[in-house]
Amino acid sequence: MAAAIEFRGVNKWFGPLHVLQDVDLTVEAGEVVVVCGPSGSGKSTLIRCVNRLEVIQKGEIVVHGQSITGPRVHLSRLRAEVGMVFQSFNLFPHMTALENVMLAPVKVKGLPGAGAEKIARDLLERVRIPEQADHYPANLSGGQQQRVAIARALAMQPRIMLFDEPTSALDPEMINEVLEVMTDLAREGMTMMVVSHEMGFARRVAHRVVFMDGGQVVEVQPPEAFFAAPTSDRTKDFLSKILSH
Amino acid sequence: MKYQFNWSVLWSGQSGQWLLSGLILTLELSVLAWLMAVVLGTVAGAFRTAPWKPLRAVATFYVEFFRNVPLLVWMFFWYFGVPPLLPRALQDWVFAHSLEFWAAVCALGVYSGARFSEVLRSGIQSIPRTLIEASVASGLTVAQAYRHVILPIALRLIIPPATSESLNLLKNSSVALTISVAELTFQTRQIETYTAKAIEALTAGTLVYLVLCVTIASIMGWVERRTAIPGLITGGRGESR
Repeated sequence: MAAAIEFRGVNKWFGPLHVLQDVDLTVEAGEVVVVCGPSGSGKSTLIRCVNRLEVIQKGEIVVHGQSITGPRVHLSRLRAEVGMVFQSFNLFPHMTALENVMLAPVKVKGLPGAGAEKIARDLLERVRIPEQADHYPANLSGGQQQRVAIARALAMQPRIMLFDEPTSALDPEMINEVLEVMTDLAREGMTMMVVSHEMGFARRVAHRVVFMDGGQVVEVQPPEAFFAAPTSDRTKDFLSKILSH
Repeated sequence: MKYQFNWSVLWSGQSGQWLLSGLILTLELSVLAWLMAVVLGTVAGAFRTAPWKPLRAVATFYVEFFRNVPLLVWMFFWYFGVPPLLPRALQDWVFAHSLEFWAAVCALGVYSGARFSEVLRSGIQSIPRTLIEASVASGLTVAQAYRHVILPIALRLIIPPATSESLNLLKNSSVALTISVAELTFQTRQIETYTAKAIEALTAGTLVYLVLCVTIASIMGWVERRTAIPGLITGGRGESR
């Protein structure tokens, strides 16, 4: 397997706050990595560095063999290759579901309207809400909005998908419909970094689980080992807190 | 002596013609200045929120310079101050083509644009930052994010205050009479001078402004309802789906 994302000695500060400390991590192509950890541990910041929503101060991040932390990075090209899904969906409220998915293919790739619409309708089919194409975000449930957001991210045919707590803002009964779509995606071989506390999803779908605390990667394990025999005390403490109920 | 009303002065003699030509000039002046203000205001408002400092600096300079000087002073500036600075050929052209009108358009357009820019800036700043992140994360450049996501939303949000600004612009066009643009207020003064009937002349002018403003407000209200974004609170009419 070839490396899709490599973090090499990555450091980042927000003012005096050292939010990422010497992070070394490699995500292989086709691999699904779930990143968990307590609030403020730097996990969202870590994945936001991969598409340069955050800039790091020290170290290097390499995506598909190309450094993305140097001065000359083609940001639009990088971001077309790396799709992202946010906790708060962030759909464009003035556009229908279909238009949300079509925008980037038309404006960035210059696809003709008809071609982009075909792609968008196929994607809405894939996330199982073809019938919502002409609805505005405000008229969709949270789970439906998040699935439109996934379709929107897939519309640029990215090779990597980043998920930043994709189910944290959802009502419990809608979490599964989103996780199912993500599971499909993982089965199709998409490279995925998922910040999430859905441990069931991590157990079933992840190839490896990363535990972060205080800006450091504390533990990286396949899920069986991660849940059965965590090596670090901090991981044990965290797991006991979120798995106890 | 009791004041003798004589409303017929408004339709006898040349009054009607004067009022009509004043109305037309007021409209021409306001429409051109409004277009200028919207273009300048949109660009400056967007620049003021841009993630690049030189753009913000240029826009801030424009806004603070032009909104902090009285409109009357700007009228004089564009009328008396600017023409001598122009190249000879352009000077000849503006002197031959109603200089006072174009000076008024510039003064009103640039001044109102600075005010409009602040209205737009507040609209942009009310949009969650995450929406820009979502736009650029899908591959759009920042400029494309503004063009297709941020501005279309902000422009819808600011329709109510932008309506007030537009009405102000129309009413402020009366200041152009000071540089002898024969617009509506100028013409009511002319009727007053010729007929010595101040109340009648001013009433006519007042009514015309009132009708114009109410019409504009109604049109903007219609635009607001037509372009409302589902899910946002609109026009006190609840959900419009």
